[in-house]
Order: sequence, then structure tokens, then C-alpha cells
Amino acid sequence: MIQVKQLVKSFGSLTVLKGVTLEVKEQEVVVLLGASGSGKSTLLRCLNFLEVYNEGEIWVGGKQIDPNKTNLNHFREEVGMVFQHFNLFPHKTALENVIEAPIHVKKMNPAEAKALGLELLKKVNLQDKADVYPDMLSGGQKQRVAIARALAMKPKVLLFDEPTSALDPELVGEVLQVMKQLAQEGMTMIVVTHEMNFAREVADRAVFMDNGVILEQGPPKTFFENPQNERTKQFLGSIR
Amino acid sequence: MVDILVSSYPLFLKAAWLTLQLTAVALVLGCIVGLIIAFFRISNSKPLNYFAHTYITVIRGTPLIVQIAILYFGIANLITLSNFWAGALALAVHNGAYIAEIFRGAIQSIDRGQMEASRSLGMSYPLAMRRIVLPQAFRRAIPALGNQFIIGLKDSSLVAYVGMQDLWGTALSEAASNYRQLDTYMVVGLYYLILIMIFTYFVNRLEGKLSNGKKTKKQTANDNSVSV
Repeated sequence: MIQVKQLVKSFGSLTVLKGVTLEVKEQEVVVLLGASGSGKSTLLRCLNFLEVYNEGEIWVGGKQIDPNKTNLNHFREEVGMVFQHFNLFPHKTALENVIEAPIHVKKMNPAEAKALGLELLKKVNLQDKADVYPDMLSGGQKQRVAIARALAMKPKVLLFDEPTSALDPELVGEVLQVMKQLAQEGMTMIVVTHEMNFAREVADRAVFMDNGVILEQGPPKTFFENPQNERTKQFLGSIR
Repeated sequence: MVDILVSSYPLFLKAAWLTLQLTAVALVLGCIVGLIIAFFRISNSKPLNYFAHTYITVIRGTPLIVQIAILYFGIANLITLSNFWAGALALAVHNGAYIAEIFRGAIQSIDRGQMEASRSLGMSYPLAMRRIVLPQAFRRAIPALGNQFIIGLKDSSLVAYVGMQDLWGTALSEAASNYRQLDTYMVVGLYYLILIMIFTYFVNRLEGKLSNGKKTKKQTANDNSVSV
């Protein structure tokens, strides 16, 4: 469904991605692992063109996405993103956050959007917080609203950029639970995370990045229990 | 002083009304100019950056009275401008430069993540700006904007020198005829003070209204952390 070919991305003189090739199949859950600075977040941000890469190609659904030719706004409707710092709109209630894009991008009628929004908030178990502003929500609740917001555009793939890294430890579980449920429903997901248990239990494939390249990838079981690469072993050793 | 206050109040009320009209027109236009210039400054286009930068440098670098005089005596010769519009436009151009910087600062103070989240949902840049970034930026700009509006109202007194009978213009001609400069100027000062107090009241109410129930809690938390 998604093909990344030889992606190179530099910020000034710093090359963050040094030729990354990755394929993600429909309904697959891929976790990107690696130390900070390894390029995993940058790769994720390239996938919905929040960063424009310097070289390489990205293909989605059999079509090459060329930032100069493809309508990126239209493209992004199909690629949802969940951020480390939630990025909820503080001047809008939880429900308004969720229905903002359906109403103003998809031109859905407000009543229909509201029904969809409430349904999605229910899905993330926050139906009672519909009229609450983000300031009054806990981190875990904010992140779940953010997931509902991304789902409201009915994306074909969801990108998660360290969705639980900014959360208090006791709030991580509720967010992972929602993500697990999405995975079980067949959502295609690419997740940058440090939650190894999540990777082990939910992911179809673990991808290890280091210094701008993919060093090793495979099913979580083999990846975690029998890593081949020295650097992977070292990384997995250090987080245990 | 009281006798002047009583005897000349029809004159001063009329003048106050003119000052208000002038200020209102100038500030509305100034906000439009300011917003446009602010966008020029943050745009990726070099010529637009350059234009905005030059505009702000020139306007902030020259006295308002000079700008009014140039507009009134210079440009008014090319396209006939009434002294009201010459004054109002000069004030708008002047305030626009300051308001541009206020808007630019407010827009840039909004976390980048807001724009990124909007774009990731498929919003175009203008839509994200209008629906997500600007509402937050305006709210943040209100205190500084209120301050600039107060300055704008007081600065409008300079149009008296191109012959307008605004508050200050009226005070000048009154004092010239009654020879009681001190009393007359104190009366006009009182008028300005009252106008600005009314103005401040509305700005504060607007600020309170916009932060009602949303930002209040967080702001108090931030305020506390600052004092610690």
C-alpha cells in the first residue's frame, strides 16, 4: 500500500535519512524503533509531507506522490497523523476538534459530522467529554481525542509519532488500548514508539532504524528474541 | 476650568465624536493593513518580506506628524483627499506598521504543531490559518492590540495640525480665543482620559470574554510558575 524508495532527507548539512526503503501492506501494523536521532520521526513526517524529502520516491496505493503534482491537501486526508504533543486545537471543544476537518475540508454537513464525532469519541471512550476544552483533559484523554480527530477523516493509514512519549506512565495504557483496538479492526498503522510491549503484542513487523537507515526488520517475535544486527542487539539490550 | 467644561461642552462633544470617528476608521484600516503586512513578513516570498520590512522601517522611523503632513500636503495634491481622509489614512498607515508587528508576533507565537496538525487533516494553509492559527493569535494579540489602540486614539490628536477640529484642534482654537490655555488644555485632557477609560473597559471585557472558561485555568497555572 505504501512504498518508500531510497528516501533521503537533509536538514542543512545534516543528513537525517540516508536512503530508506520500506514497504507497508494494507492492514499492516509497523512499528519504527530506534534511538532518538535515528530518523524514525523524520521518516514518518515525510510520509505525509510535513517534511519534503530531498531524494527518493513515495508511492501510495500504486500512485507516486509527487509534491509538485499531487494535491497534498487531498492526499493528507487519507493519511492521518497523531502527534507526540497531541496538538489539539485549544480554542475548540473535544467534539469541535474532531469535526473541524470533516466540516471544513470534506464539507460534511454539521449534523452528520456531529453524529460522526460523537461516535468516534465514544469509540475512544470519551463521549462524556465532547463539550470539554482540551485544557481540562488529561494527557491520555487529549491523545485519545487526537486519535478520534484523525479517524474522522476516515484515513487509509494512520501515522503515530511517539503517541505516548509525553504521557504520565499511568496514562499510557489507555492510549495503547485504543491503538490496539484500531489495529485489530484492520487499520494500517505506522507507529514510532518506545513501547516495546506494544510493539511485541500488536505489531506485525518491527523496523529498527539507526543513523538514517533501516538496519533490521522482521516479525516482532524474531526481532525481539533473535536480533541479527549487533546495533539492534545493543539497542534492545539497553532498553530492557 | 469648570466653567469651560460647562460652557463649551457642545463644542467638545462634537470634537470628541470626530476624534472617535477618525480613530475608528484609522484603527479598522490599520488592522487590515497590519494583518496584510504581517502575512507579507512571514511569507516565504523575498519581495514581500522586503516590502513589509521596508514599510515597517520607514513608518516606525519617521514621526507621525511628518507622515500626516506628507499625506495631506503631498499626496493630497495628486488625488484630492479631504483632511478627514488624509488624517485617517495617515493614522491607518502609521498604526498599521505597529499592528503588523503585533500580529506577526502573535501568529509566530502559536505552536507550530497547530499548523502541522491542521495540515495533517487535509486543511490548506489558508484554511488552517483562518480556522486554527488566527483565532488563537488574535486572542493572544488582544492586550498588545488594546495598548496600540489607546496609543492610536491619543496620536489622532496630531491631525489638528492639518486643520481638523478634533479634540485637540478644538482645544487649540478655544484657547486661542479665550486666552485660558491651562484650563482649556486640562478640559481637553479630561475628555481624552474619559474616552480612553471607556475604551480600556471594553478591551478588558473582550479579553475576559475570550479567555472565559478556556484559558483561565492554564494561565493562572502559568502565572504561578512564573512567580515561583
